[in-house]
Amino acid sequence: MRVALSVTCVNDAMFPETGKAVVWLLRRLGVEVEFPAAQACCGQPMVNTGYLDEAVPVVRNYVSAFSGFDAVVTPSGSCAGSARHQHGLVARRSNDRSLVDAVASAPPTYELSEFLVDVLGVVDVGASFPHTVTYHPTCHSLRMLGVGDRPRRLLEAVRGLRLVELPAAEECCGFGGTFAVKNAEVSVAMGSDKARHVVDTGAEVLVAGDSSCLMHIGGLLSRQRAGVRVLHLAEVLAAQEGVVA
Amino acid sequence: MSGTFVGMPAFPEAARAALADSQLRSNLAHATATIRAKRAAVVAEIEDWEELRVAGAAVKDNTLAHLDEHLVQLEAALTARGARVHWARDATEACAIVAQVARDHRVEEVVKVKSMATQEIGLNEALAAEGVAAWETDLAELIVQLGDDLPSHILVPAIHRNRAEIREIFVRRMKDVGRPAPDGLVDDPARLAEAARLHLREKFLRARMAVSGANFAVAETGTLVVVESEGNGRMCLTLPEVLVSVVGIEKVVPTWADLDVFLQLLPRSSTGERMNPYTSTWSGVTPGDGPQEVHVVLLDNGRTRALADEVGRQALRCIRCSACLNVCPVYERTGGHAYGSVYPGPIGAILNPLLRGPGVDAQVDSLPYASTLCGACFEACPVRIDIPTVLVELRAQVVDAHRPENRAGAPKPEAVAMKAAAWWLRSGDRLRRLERLSSAFGRVADRFGRRRLPGGRRALGRLPGAGAWTGARDLPAPPTESFRAWWRRTDGGRS
Repeated sequence: MRVALSVTCVNDAMFPETGKAVVWLLRRLGVEVEFPAAQACCGQPMVNTGYLDEAVPVVRNYVSAFSGFDAVVTPSGSCAGSARHQHGLVARRSNDRSLVDAVASAPPTYELSEFLVDVLGVVDVGASFPHTVTYHPTCHSLRMLGVGDRPRRLLEAVRGLRLVELPAAEECCGFGGTFAVKNAEVSVAMGSDKARHVVDTGAEVLVAGDSSCLMHIGGLLSRQRAGVRVLHLAEVLAAQEGVVA
Repeated sequence: MSGTFVGMPAFPEAARAALADSQLRSNLAHATATIRAKRAAVVAEIEDWEELRVAGAAVKDNTLAHLDEHLVQLEAALTARGARVHWARDATEACAIVAQVARDHRVEEVVKVKSMATQEIGLNEALAAEGVAAWETDLAELIVQLGDDLPSHILVPAIHRNRAEIREIFVRRMKDVGRPAPDGLVDDPARLAEAARLHLREKFLRARMAVSGANFAVAETGTLVVVESEGNGRMCLTLPEVLVSVVGIEKVVPTWADLDVFLQLLPRSSTGERMNPYTSTWSGVTPGDGPQEVHVVLLDNGRTRALADEVGRQALRCIRCSACLNVCPVYERTGGHAYGSVYPGPIGAILNPLLRGPGVDAQVDSLPYASTLCGACFEACPVRIDIPTVLVELRAQVVDAHRPENRAGAPKPEAVAMKAAAWWLRSGDRLRRLERLSSAFGRVADRFGRRRLPGGRRALGRLPGAGAWTGARDLPAPPTESFRAWWRRTDGGRS
């Protein structure tokens, strides 16, 4: 099986450690991912802001970069949601028959926890992370993809990790892509409540499956000097004894 | 007597004002959390809830697909049972019809059943201009009306008020418009309800004309249905001689059997009850029983526009339950007034633009963006309106309405930024070049930056020109090496 890593533009430019963690983790599980250098972005920022025409070449590039692979794995619930639920819409809008066909026959894009649990059939990935952790299920992984309890099961199998419940966990953190700047005050109000819930758990680390949501919550926690670190799920699952995450 | 939403600022600005109101935030958080918990409990009792949702959506979709036929059937059935049917293209026509009935009967006041359609068309204000006082008789609508306020929720229009505020409104205002609040009124819910009951009773007994909406209109028998909790609606529907009902054309259902589904979905989704206390049904005129003159105003007011929208037409399935408002994290923080419409929350964010069209009003154009697309509304909707998908479609319509070929003037900064982003993000090579710039910036931040995020990474604090993000949130400094540069340098970590 040829598996491509879609690292996402946000991780590529801003959070390379998340991408590296996916590479280390999958290598440890016997999967050598390839990184097609033609990849850039899934098109979600344009689609979700209403710029569908602008999204067309971005989606075309995504589909062409990953064609020929058997599966695509990505450390982002919302980018996986974009590939699975929005690319068809953009292709139809383009009136480009070849793009419609290419999207229809594209390899499936899996969010990381789906790929681990459903495709590889593993829950214990051999990680060790001796810290108190709380988990925020990001909206698109939860409600668009329906990843369910997969991330929790993966975290519960990590050695030394103590998972504490996050109050109102399923409530959106307020990031919402361009919502975070178009409606910055509401975004911050939602994020502040999320950050307060995180601090209330007493956890050392907040874990989630989307770097952009973590950038938002982490930015608030940092500004508040809350002393809580945010980490992508991939980085926790890649961590092993003696290896500093 | 009540206010008006006309001239409201766009959502971000209106939301900013609401966010600063700590009393409002606290009232809303408490009230929505209470209703959310009640709804969740009664929905969990129904094993086939998902099948019910699917059935509700299917009935509505099939009806909307043949709306013309069902409406004609409804009109014929109503007429056969002695009702007079009027067709109103818009708010002005609908208000004029109701006002004419009031004039014909020389009434100076009407009692009203809680109705979203009459709120939508601004009927109270139109009647006031004709010298006719319209008294709201639903408790929450009464609170809004007495407080010269605006509704902020579909089901609980005074959700932004707490009981101390309600007591104050009753004491201050009831005496001006009828029976005063009892002496020594305290803010105990039962005492407040009693004050409202005493105040309203004289209006029920005196009024010669009532105005209502309808939750459903059954085409096969010409039957209108009102679902309520308080019994005030039953009073209005039975005591006066003349009854006028303003009914959106999407309220029609073909048969009584179809009602079955909605009478299960609606109370559980809206008030969190297994069944609502009062369900009133009437089919035209029943001689010697209830109103002897019955009018039905079938209202378009943008509904046929919404019906023509292939993605958006599902919004016409809406049964006005408010479940989407109660689960919406944006609504919980801003309240309903920020949406500038009698239809607030997620459904308002799609319904208002669908009824009015994109590119006409900046306030309406701001509504599809009043959401993080978190999807909680879709999950809660009893008729499975995929609100996030409709929001994205409406955002695209707003953007398209403002494209240079459709509008003169300079493009919005956002449009320029999105075009630039789409240019950089359409090839790996372009993104690589962009990342070389960001990595150079990252090296500068690494050298001179002082702040660090927990975990050690360099952080950027407040940045000039990026206040929308950095006003309250730190930003990690860009890394000195992007992922793709690392992959290239190390052969994917193998060397």
